[in-house]
Amino acid sequence: MKRIYISEEYCIGCRLCEIHCLVAHTKSKKILKAFKDEIPKDATAAVLVEEEGHLSFALQCRHCSDAPCIEACMTGAMYRDKKTGAVLHDEDKCVGCWMCIMVCPFGVTAADPATHKITSKCDLCAGQDSPACVANCPNEALVYEDRENES
Amino acid sequence: MALKTYESEFKIVRDDSKCIACQVCVRQCANNAHIYDAEDEKVYADDSKCVNCHRCVSMCPTKALHIEHTPLQFMGTANWTSSAIRNVIKQADTGGVVLTAMGCDKKYPNYWDRILLNASQVTNPSIDPLREPMELKTIIGKKPDKLEFENKGGKVSLKTHLTPQLELSTPIMFSAMSYGSISLNAHKSLARAAFEYGIYWNTGEGGLHKDLKKYKDRTIVQVASGRFGVNSEYLNTSAAVEIKIGQGAKPGIGGHLPGEKVPEEISVTRMIPAGTDALSPAPHHDIYSIEDLKQLVYAIKEATRYTKPVFVKIAAVHNVSSIASGVVRAGADAVVIDGLLGGTGAAPAVMRDNVGIPIELAIAVVDARFRDEGIRNQASIIAAGGFRNSADVIKAIALGADAVYLGTAALVALGCHVCQKCYTGKCNWGIATQDPYLTKRLNPNIGSGRLMNLLRGWSIEIKEMLGGMGINAIESLRGNREHLRGIDLHDKERELLGIKAAGETW
Repeated sequence: MKRIYISEEYCIGCRLCEIHCLVAHTKSKKILKAFKDEIPKDATAAVLVEEEGHLSFALQCRHCSDAPCIEACMTGAMYRDKKTGAVLHDEDKCVGCWMCIMVCPFGVTAADPATHKITSKCDLCAGQDSPACVANCPNEALVYEDRENES
Repeated sequence: MALKTYESEFKIVRDDSKCIACQVCVRQCANNAHIYDAEDEKVYADDSKCVNCHRCVSMCPTKALHIEHTPLQFMGTANWTSSAIRNVIKQADTGGVVLTAMGCDKKYPNYWDRILLNASQVTNPSIDPLREPMELKTIIGKKPDKLEFENKGGKVSLKTHLTPQLELSTPIMFSAMSYGSISLNAHKSLARAAFEYGIYWNTGEGGLHKDLKKYKDRTIVQVASGRFGVNSEYLNTSAAVEIKIGQGAKPGIGGHLPGEKVPEEISVTRMIPAGTDALSPAPHHDIYSIEDLKQLVYAIKEATRYTKPVFVKIAAVHNVSSIASGVVRAGADAVVIDGLLGGTGAAPAVMRDNVGIPIELAIAVVDARFRDEGIRNQASIIAAGGFRNSADVIKAIALGADAVYLGTAALVALGCHVCQKCYTGKCNWGIATQDPYLTKRLNPNIGSGRLMNLLRGWSIEIKEMLGGMGINAIESLRGNREHLRGIDLHDKERELLGIKAAGETW
């Protein structure tokens, strides 16, 4: 499947990926409107830049082939899209038990403190040619490729 | 604290209706010109730290930023300009030398803009490069006085021994910029682009990083007065060797890479202790004459078993034609001339802005001198310093250059916005810096692609202009000054350039 790959040597820690991820998951998808009206102040993007010293990289759900979050989810809210292979989250089914957060080896799911439900989980910007974080990375530190089917 | 009596040069204008306080500008500015106040949840600016490099403007996701020259200027006069006053105040404050970078920032006549190209009409057909072959291939190196052949039983072979030559796919190369003055990622971008496009890049005087040895067949290694990183292996990991005598931006003076810019990797490449200043003396201390130069040229030829051409780079100064003639007689396979507008990573502003002569005149007088003395075939002429577009390149070739070196244009292709602050080591574009937080901003995969785009674009334009003149090979234009006409030039300038005035016929 097509996955997001990270080149940490080119991540410049600008966090444009986080900003555009938040915008891509709003209704308007317009950056000014999104930040002025739609995105709550403490919102977390589905991609997070990890940073220490001059080393940084942007991490989002790895869409693991044996995803522990799917195993751990008792309601089936966390599921695999049969067509694309992506690990997705159905907010209607989510009961906010946070088991997915507990088992995720990468720490890339986050919950809304108010509703307790999982609100931040990379969906590879379903329907887009390229996820927003990849499309807006100014230095190609994120690339969206299918490397598994390479000969 | 003494009163600071000059104000910021630039003003950061933030459109609050567009600013989303995402702090990308704060993270991107190595000069700390943007400051986030968590209490106010707002981003503020410190204009005094802004260098007008446009990194924040380019990165701002909502295009809320704009930089302008501060409207507040000294009263000044026609001669006492704002910058003249500012520099006097700065020097009175510090007692220091006014440092700067990049090329000359003083408005001297630009001869490229006063030279016009010819085109074919009716009596000679122009050529469409999209339909007919057009040759840009350029060969650099010493050419024999004559070719002798031998015929052995009907099999003809070349008898004359040919000295080593470089073959370029287009008459452009990347000029010397050292690892130290620019980042390893910048070197990687240049090396890869040169390798893939079939031209050459130049290490500059800072040695060759081990990761770049694989590009050796497209690498020109430089030997300068500091002899950094020079040993037998270095000389042989190359396609050609260049002895640097002078640099257009600062003829007559050496270089100084401060110890802070000599981290481990650079110290290994330059073969000097980490954290020590890398000083390039003004002269080579073993070269005080053409005869001395000849010794070094031949020492290098011996060390490389006569397999590589040796270039000698000089700055365009008043006696450039005599010096260049001496350089050829010292055995150089190519003379590199770096003009008044040549760039640098750091130089005193007085040197950069006042020393040397324009490259246009230097090419013309050197080419004419070599022809007069019958030595034009003995060395190629490579011109450097201030080439801004393909028209400048083609005019240089028509004046007599074999190829040109690009420095600033290549850096601009990599992201440089010519803010002239290379010497601070805080290049926000990841080019003229060794700070690992900044160098990763230049991704060589992107950089090399952009350089190749530039080479491709200029090459297409050169073919178009050649075709317009009815010429199908760059070789036929070389030194063909009949295709040039001068405008707004006085007679002496045209005499030196060897070109007729616009309006004069063949």
